[in-house]
Amino acid sequence: MLVLIEHNGEVAASSLEALTVARAIADDLGEPVEAVVFTAGTDADPSGPTLGGVSAAEEEALRSRLERLGVSAIHSVAHPELATYSPERWGESLAQLIRRVEPSAVVAAGTDRGNEIMAQAAARADLPLATNCSAVASAPPDDPGATSQNGAGAQHWRLTRVRQGGMLLEDAELAAPVALATIVPGSAEPNDDATHDSSGAARAGQPMAVEVFEPRFDDAFVASRLVERTTRDAGVSLATARVVVSGGRGVGSADGFASLEELAKLTAGAVGCSRVVTNNGWRPHSDQVGQTGTKVNPDLYIACGISGATQHWVGCMGAKAILAINTDADAPMVDRATYAVIGDVADVVPAIVDEIHRRAH
Amino acid sequence: MEVLVCVKRVPASGGTPQLTDDGQRVDTRNLAFTVGPHEECAVEEAIRLVAEHGGAVTVLSVGPAEADEQLRYAISMGADRGVLVETGADELDPQATAAAITGAVRRLEAERAPFDLILFGNESPDAGNYQVGVRVACALGLPIVGGIKGIDIDDGARHARLRRDVPAGVEVYEVSLPAAAAVKEGLNLPRYPSMRGRLRARKAELDELSARLPDAGAGTGAGDIDTVPSEIAIGRGGLRKMRLRQPEEKRTETVVLGRGPEAAPAIVDILEELDMV
Ligand SMILES: Cc1cc2nc3c(=O)[nH]c(=O)nc-3n(C[C@H](O)[C@H](O)[C@H](O)COP(=O)(O)OP(=O)(O)OC[C@H]3O[C@@H](n4cnc5c(N)ncnc54)[C@H](O)[C@@H]3O)c2cc1C
Repeated sequence: MLVLIEHNGEVAASSLEALTVARAIADDLGEPVEAVVFTAGTDADPSGPTLGGVSAAEEEALRSRLERLGVSAIHSVAHPELATYSPERWGESLAQLIRRVEPSAVVAAGTDRGNEIMAQAAARADLPLATNCSAVASAPPDDPGATSQNGAGAQHWRLTRVRQGGMLLEDAELAAPVALATIVPGSAEPNDDATHDSSGAARAGQPMAVEVFEPRFDDAFVASRLVERTTRDAGVSLATARVVVSGGRGVGSADGFASLEELAKLTAGAVGCSRVVTNNGWRPHSDQVGQTGTKVNPDLYIACGISGATQHWVGCMGAKAILAINTDADAPMVDRATYAVIGDVADVVPAIVDEIHRRAH
Repeated sequence: MEVLVCVKRVPASGGTPQLTDDGQRVDTRNLAFTVGPHEECAVEEAIRLVAEHGGAVTVLSVGPAEADEQLRYAISMGADRGVLVETGADELDPQATAAAITGAVRRLEAERAPFDLILFGNESPDAGNYQVGVRVACALGLPIVGGIKGIDIDDGARHARLRRDVPAGVEVYEVSLPAAAAVKEGLNLPRYPSMRGRLRARKAELDELSARLPDAGAGTGAGDIDTVPSEIAIGRGGLRKMRLRQPEEKRTETVVLGRGPEAAPAIVDILEELDMV
């Protein structure tokens, strides 16, 4: 079984989860887990995990780290054309590796990049792909006739996919000679030390093999080229803030956000909003929380005049606590919140700001 | 330039999805339908690109006959033509969907002009398989980048620059045309249809094709043009939906801190407790 590892010297947390899930399946099947790492070039991205190249020292660290994670071999994918990220080249490389290694399954993190590379690989290897799985297990089919058209050598897998940003689960069956799946972040407790298997027995301590795999690209290979990369300043961002002060239709106007901004400033938080707000042009889309915006997981999410539609909810349900401020005591957001204040945003938020100022004196 | 936008008909409800008894689908009997926000932005972008560079916008949907509603909405925004690839009520797996789109594109290109740009939503709001655009692009030999929030066309040089947000910042890709992109909401602010647009859409004549799964067949369809003129041959992919279900939800009792501005001290107590002020 292969696991695609996103790393930036350090293994990305999402890949650690994917590795943990893959480990469990592989243990069941009595198979080893092998890592796929893209190592060529200088794609290293200072502020986020990528599959880019790393220095020799970092590679050594990565190697021993993967060894401790119970990986028995690394497929180091190397080619000058892989120096910068390209969805098509990385996907094609993975497809070629799949043909070479013939693994039972390939697992990756369900990140934007993980899904992109796996979709490319699946298309090129003509294999099905199950994205954003919360559970994967090898299983015989319920109804052997139903999926037999996938040909000889097809293996059967049972899996659960997350749909609608987490509002629904889909139990599905995958029949394919090689199963491709991505694991939705947050679905497994990452296992940091896999030197022992689930029964507690030490894994065979063979030294880990590193195999360099060089993909081939013909001259006519069609690919997009990464030509520019800018790094965001490390300020308070919506995705990482401890407090998010978020406004919906109930804020009433762009100007109505002034008091929300002030509250965010006083709490060192970030301002968020609902889709109604971005559609009205009151805030930029980069502030939007939800299924088609940003998913946030602050310690406190303050939802001001937001009804709590499911597409918004899936973006804020990761918050430790939610305070809903709403005129409607029956709004779904109030129902699901930890704390609620029934009232008008235009009255309540300025009163909070005043109270903070009052106590500061 | 010729731009194609692929859209999917999905429920528009913000309520907790209710399922049919057999767990095969969301019960949509009382729901309105829409195209996802990513796709609405794709339509808007196509209309703007064609306004600037000339050409036409074609919108295509693979789905039930009722998906004509979504095609007409895109036409009311300003798209020129709509193509419905009818597949019946059941949702196709992503390989079959991609085969249907690929087959339709080949047919449309053979009959008229080739497309310079094919736009997809990054993922559909309901199934969210994150792969249909990539599969179509690969089958057609086009480059594709996902998560796109900015498109600049250099028509003379036949290039496009595609911009996307990544966790660390921003990436810009260059592709030569023809190309494909999977876009995300935030690419632009979609317009509301005008009265004139609505009237035009109501009367618009749609191109109708169909794609059907064989009752029992072999392999995945490559979207080949079949012998029946309006029919596209597709095969079932390897991913099969068995059942939908609701996830367990941890419900906590809501603590109502009060009504109106009088609740402010109680709120600030909590902010202090959490060490936020
Ligand atoms: C495919 C799809 C994807 C979507 N993605 C997203 C997404 O990413 N993010 C998102 O937010 N939405 C998304 N939506 C839209 C979503 O369904 C809702 O329409 C939207 O979240 C509603 O925004 P809202 O809560 O601000 O407005 P409303 O639903 O209109 O709610 C306004 C709330 O404010 C309250 N209120 C009104 N006046 C006041 C006042 N003066 N003081 C206090 N409270 C007041 C009302 O009681 C009500 O609860 C998506 C929809 C679809 C179909």
